[in-house]
Amino acid sequence: MDEVVIGLEVHVQLNKLRTKLFCSCPLNYHHSPPNTHVCPVCLGMPGAMPVINKEAVKAAIKVAIALNAEIQPFTVFDRKNYFYPDLPRGFQISQYDRPLALGGYVTIELDGEEKRIKLKRVHMEEDPGKLSYRGSITTAKYSLIDYNRSGAPLLEIVTEPVMNSPKEARLFLNKLRMILEYLDVFDGDLEGAMRVDANISLKGGGRVEVKNISSFKGVEKALSYEVMRQKNLLQRGRIVTRETRHFDEARNITVTLRSKEEEQDYRYFPEPDLVPILTEELVKEVEGTLPEMPEEKRERFKEQYGLGDNYAKVLILDVKMADYFEDVAKYVSPKLAASWIVDVLRGELNYRGWNFLKCREVLSPEEFARLMKYFEEERITEKGVVEVIRTKLDEGGDVEDIIKKKGLFAIPKEEIVRFCKEAIEENPKAVQDYLGGKKQALNFLVGQVMKKTRGRADPGETAKMLEELLA
Amino acid sequence: MVSVEEVYHTAELAKIEISGEEAEKFRKEFESILDYFNILDEVEEDVEPTFQVLPLRNVFREDKPGECLSQDEALKNATHKEEGYFKGPRVVE
Repeated sequence: MDEVVIGLEVHVQLNKLRTKLFCSCPLNYHHSPPNTHVCPVCLGMPGAMPVINKEAVKAAIKVAIALNAEIQPFTVFDRKNYFYPDLPRGFQISQYDRPLALGGYVTIELDGEEKRIKLKRVHMEEDPGKLSYRGSITTAKYSLIDYNRSGAPLLEIVTEPVMNSPKEARLFLNKLRMILEYLDVFDGDLEGAMRVDANISLKGGGRVEVKNISSFKGVEKALSYEVMRQKNLLQRGRIVTRETRHFDEARNITVTLRSKEEEQDYRYFPEPDLVPILTEELVKEVEGTLPEMPEEKRERFKEQYGLGDNYAKVLILDVKMADYFEDVAKYVSPKLAASWIVDVLRGELNYRGWNFLKCREVLSPEEFARLMKYFEEERITEKGVVEVIRTKLDEGGDVEDIIKKKGLFAIPKEEIVRFCKEAIEENPKAVQDYLGGKKQALNFLVGQVMKKTRGRADPGETAKMLEELLA
Repeated sequence: MVSVEEVYHTAELAKIEISGEEAEKFRKEFESILDYFNILDEVEEDVEPTFQVLPLRNVFREDKPGECLSQDEALKNATHKEEGYFKGPRVVE
């Protein structure tokens, strides 16, 4: 196997904040008309002055702590100069040689073993605006620019080149997303929440940078394509040239990109309109507010609710799911809740492209718990529960109404016994046949009971009951 | 020493067109500026660099939404615009 080396630069938007990094324009610009969440600062108008959002710095510090990075006591912003229409000032306010934090790591589970993905640095910067085109990018005569995103708070998280497969890169990103969502600074479902640049090289080849990967799924695809492309080149005795490529999400391939400026061409220098940040006090403010992290939650779930590791491990993957579980577990057996959430509800949501927040709106933990209660009391069958969940998610309505309307309330055992007795009395011939050794006559009796209950009795249970009554 | 090529490269980064005459003029000026800055090399190395001349630290803003410009106001000074967007050059990649 050729040795693959991958390093990632991950840009995450601190999209749970209310305002941008350097101005008070609100961040809820998704689904808004273009250029409506803008002001002189994020439009780069002359004389407009940036002021740092304190919560953004605190959120960044939270992340740095959770990533085990070393927060620097003194940090400054720099100007990164380049011309691009998405950058209204001709420079991006970023951080250069005095970033917020250095080092750190994220632990992933790779083929049953733990691996630490080491980080180089974590720094803050502003998001550029968004370019779009009428029609195709190759035929459009101009670009259209929306600065609503301009100035949104970003964190750039840079890993060391320590990953050895596209799959490993995906595992790393999943874990990173999980940590960020636990910290409540990030919503990975929002458009443009995470963007990744990847460096990838194969043994004996040059390093290739792939830019513009804008989805979690895209990363593994882009990297897999690159591994294949580079392998093919090397196998044919060609060389892999050092270059920057662009990931074309529609076609799932990478294409060569005209080389951009080299680092020295960015002409970084300290941003004169912002003053340095001393982090010591902020770190103290943040430390007490750190929430329970995934691994701690996993252990607590096992201890507090008596869950097996298999369920605890899955429940904590998504903090929204973990919260939902805890709310349900207030009312019913936690083990029952865990298995139904992990084995059924999660899949039903996935199928509909929903997350647990959306689920909460439609099927609240309290309602789900009531459904679980009916199941616990054997008033509804397993199949019935699934049907209620599906109906509830697709059509809404009240849990009890759905159960009644669909006739899903199981018939109490005594009632089935009564129906069995009736069937025996009404069909002496079948009874005689059965007692005479014709076992299949029992099926006829079961059928009679099913008719009486309109199919709501369990055929297996009914057969057993009849056997007992006739024994 | 600053070369004329370096001057042209810098001009290109700044998106400025310069004539041959200007390039030579800038080359000399760049050199004298850099010479001047070389004085800094004589300073002892353990001096913390100055990132900001103001004596201020930790100037922050609360995370409270404020007023934005309307779309019309935002686009008012733009010569090239279309349906609420600024128009810019197509960036070929």
